[in-house]
Amino acid sequence: MSAAALAPPISVAEDRYAQATQLQLTWWRFRRHKLAVISLFVIALFYGVAIFADFLAASDPHATDARRSFIPPQGIHLFDANGFNPHVYGLRGARNPRTFQLAYTPDPTRKLPVRMFTRGYAYDLFGFIETDIHLFGVEGGRPGESIFLLGTDQLGRDLYSRMMVATRVSLFIGLAGVTLSLFLGVLLGGISGLYGGWVDMFIQRVIELLRSVPTIPLWMGLAAALPRTWSVLQVYFAITVIISLIGWTDLARVVRGRFLALREEDFVIAAELSGASQGRIIFRHMLPSFASHVIAATSLALPAMIISETSLSFLGLGLRPPAVSWGILLQDAQNIQVLSGAPWLLSAAVPVTLVILAFNFFGDGLRDAADPYG
Amino acid sequence: MNLLEVQDLKKHYPIRAGLLQREVGRVRAVDGVSFHIAKGETLALVGESGCGKTTVSRCILRALTVTSGAIRFAAKEGEFVDLATLPKRQVRPLRRHIQMIFQDPYASLNPRMLVGDIIAEPLKVNGVPAAERRDRVTELLELVQMPPGARSRFPHAFSGGQRQRVGIARALALNPKLVVADEPVSALDVSVQAQIINLLLDLQDRLGLSMLFVAHDLSVVRHVSDRVAVMYVGRIVEVAPTDALYRAPLHPYTEALLAAVPAPDPARRGHRRIAQGDVADPANPPPGCAFHPRCPYAIDRCRVDRPELTPVSDGRWVSCHRAEELDLAGVR
Amino acid sequence: MRQIPMVDRVALAIRDLAVQFESEQGIVRALDGVSFDLHAGRTLGVVGESGCGKSVTARSILRLVDRPGRITAGRMLLDPATPDEIDLAALDPESRKMRDVRGGRIGLIFQEPMTALSVHYTVGNQIIEAVRQHSDISAAEARNRAIELLREVGIPRPETRIESYPFELSGGLRQRVGIAMALAGDPEIVIADEPTTALDVTTQAQILSLLQRLQQEKNIALMLITHDMGVIAEMADDVAVMYLGRVVEFAPVHEIFATPRHPYTRALLRAVPSILATPRQRLSTIGGAVPHPGSRPSGCPFHPRCPEQLGALCSEQVPKPVPAGRSGASCFKAEREHEAVA
Repeated sequence: MSAAALAPPISVAEDRYAQATQLQLTWWRFRRHKLAVISLFVIALFYGVAIFADFLAASDPHATDARRSFIPPQGIHLFDANGFNPHVYGLRGARNPRTFQLAYTPDPTRKLPVRMFTRGYAYDLFGFIETDIHLFGVEGGRPGESIFLLGTDQLGRDLYSRMMVATRVSLFIGLAGVTLSLFLGVLLGGISGLYGGWVDMFIQRVIELLRSVPTIPLWMGLAAALPRTWSVLQVYFAITVIISLIGWTDLARVVRGRFLALREEDFVIAAELSGASQGRIIFRHMLPSFASHVIAATSLALPAMIISETSLSFLGLGLRPPAVSWGILLQDAQNIQVLSGAPWLLSAAVPVTLVILAFNFFGDGLRDAADPYG
Repeated sequence: MNLLEVQDLKKHYPIRAGLLQREVGRVRAVDGVSFHIAKGETLALVGESGCGKTTVSRCILRALTVTSGAIRFAAKEGEFVDLATLPKRQVRPLRRHIQMIFQDPYASLNPRMLVGDIIAEPLKVNGVPAAERRDRVTELLELVQMPPGARSRFPHAFSGGQRQRVGIARALALNPKLVVADEPVSALDVSVQAQIINLLLDLQDRLGLSMLFVAHDLSVVRHVSDRVAVMYVGRIVEVAPTDALYRAPLHPYTEALLAAVPAPDPARRGHRRIAQGDVADPANPPPGCAFHPRCPYAIDRCRVDRPELTPVSDGRWVSCHRAEELDLAGVR
Repeated sequence: MRQIPMVDRVALAIRDLAVQFESEQGIVRALDGVSFDLHAGRTLGVVGESGCGKSVTARSILRLVDRPGRITAGRMLLDPATPDEIDLAALDPESRKMRDVRGGRIGLIFQEPMTALSVHYTVGNQIIEAVRQHSDISAAEARNRAIELLREVGIPRPETRIESYPFELSGGLRQRVGIAMALAGDPEIVIADEPTTALDVTTQAQILSLLQRLQQEKNIALMLITHDMGVIAEMADDVAVMYLGRVVEFAPVHEIFATPRHPYTRALLRAVPSILATPRQRLSTIGGAVPHPGSRPSGCPFHPRCPEQLGALCSEQVPKPVPAGRSGASCFKAEREHEAVA
């Protein structure tokens, strides 16, 4: 038989597919998970809010004003007699003579026009561009008058603006916590899986020990140990560390498991047999093979971080006012009496639920896309 | 001239139990195996699962540490090194001389690397410059009958047979002196299997390849090997040139193996003598000849006295007390 | 085409069976009009390479095809042309009737017996349960029946083995237990899906001869699915050669090996490594690889790899399937040759 006849006709799949990297293949598979793609958008939206928090806020989230506590959410009126003219009504506060509660009634005679890109309180965009432009606000209001889309809290702070700023704090605490966990997890999990033996044994026992400690008391103990004199920033950092102290164990287990599985893979053995160095085997063959798993595990770990921060702060053990986070916002909603009078304070629970669901769906979708067989 | 001489190779796995992990027994996966491979020769190592054939191949590749014995390998003309005792650090520079073809063409290629990079990897880690690597990959792709365009594609674009060709190209990249092929066709479809068998035969002819061919399929082995070593429970029971072994086996186990293979010919149906019972447990092998409980020819001596592998005639070795007197049936 | 002598009762008639899988890449026609008969007391060997649909056929008969796969056409008639005729394709897979058929009238032997066995229960418990599911007998009677079954499949000391767990048994013994499980419902039809592929050669020979003996003793209609031409030669009475979801040739075993009609059968036989080979004997090959069932070629599915194809005829038109009950090939060239002879 001739050589030409021996050569089989090579039927290669279409080029696009043939030359697609694993990242592209993963992305193509991921795109088919509708819920995961929607979640990705939701997450992007949330981080957009986090980045532009001050820009999106309508009034100073820290400015208190006793005269406007517990204002209910306000509606925007889009039209008036002159056509399109978005505005809110001014408010008249009056004490109920029997309950002594402040009740607000809209004053249709005082229209506060709502405009885009208005000037408000000064802040630093991205931390270094000094500006006072906000996405929207009211024009020509008296001091203390503003738009209260989600109402105000006891101290008269605008809940909507506070929520924007809280989003930034909560999401970045989650991100920082997960980054730290990732670092610890990959490092310790990698060592554990790679070297095995007593090192592995030791790290695994430490993980088990950490996981066996009930988290809430542990956090309480650690948080209580934080000196009261620390600044907001220091507390912020310390909380991150506390949260990631537990979070890394899951990631370490994922990484270790992957290392152990990959060490037995034929293509890793092939690299070893061709004389490749240990470093090349780890960085060229093993790490890329489970990067997507780690990303998926990370996105599944993030909600736990956010919940941790929220619950710590809710219990008064995490961030402390004047810092603003979702947990601190919800802390205001602890009091049932307050809540019956001002139920809108609970609205801070909505972004928490949304972002956690989004992260879970996204992580699930990514995990399926990264590893369709396992 | 011999390329590889394996002598009294042993690989035991301790069985540990109890709190203190005391050794309570040993799995004698490989228990005193000796053979040699001459230059340009293909030796097949055959046997059923658990017979130790894969363990032997992994020991030669030093993917496992050896319990005892010698693996003498001629890295340079006439100069032998003992791979069994060499420290790990000194094994690495020798790796380029012994390469492996894997069973599973899906697991053996890194899905995140282009085919060209996969084939070039052994060259790269051994310091071959980039331009030379490119030429060599082109050459290798042609050698395994793959189109040159394959280099810029990922393994997922190829079928099992094509991937196996890529695996073969990688194994040949460094011009190894010895190729260890571990069941290289058993995961493939029949039609593709034939392509790969032919390719291996071509490579043997063109490159004068020396190969250790580990397989359980006696039909495939008959096509590709010059000599065959049959293993049973950690030991070699018979070594012979391929044709002689198939035509006139000297060990009852070889006879049983050959009889068990269904020939693709309905006229030969039935009238086979089938070995009864199961393969012995290497953790607890029977005394005497390990095959005696299943052997129709066993005598009292076989139950107590373990036979040694002894030369019989030109290139034939067998470990059976009754080898001289038995007239066993082969396949023709 | 020649009529196969109909000495035996047709136990199951498959007619124009089609199964589709809806995947992300589109619709995959896993089975594309498959027809054949299973006869009591005969062994039908179904042979083909991966993706040919041989396992899907087995799963379809037992109605075990899961979503996204579904049966889109065809009939599967138990006891065809009798008053008791049942069309399995029309039954609800979860219905009482279908469950009686599955494991009762039709037994299944898997490639990996552990698929059918649970690690948590003793071998005896599992067989006893299978026995009681398909007959109304007391626990003690079922136990005796289980011991009897284990003895029938050649398990030594069945009275004690009945208490062992599957993981305590060797691969060969496990497959024997798998066969005992398949026989628990006293089936008329047994489907064995690659029953010896995972086993060693000497064990394979034992299991094959066991299957042969059981089939003859119990007059079972055996459907043996395999990729191994040697196993076919050893076991089958009739052979269905499958390629990409179609039966491309159907014939008695001697004809398949002596005078194969379809070019694929011919090529397959020449490509099989043989224990009778001469040293360094090359095999003739079939070019290329089996295409993915999702990218099925137009016309005759084998034409791109066919060394004997007739050009446009083969690449544009689909050859007629082999009618059930007859031997022949689904191939234009074979049709022409047949006409020439006639």
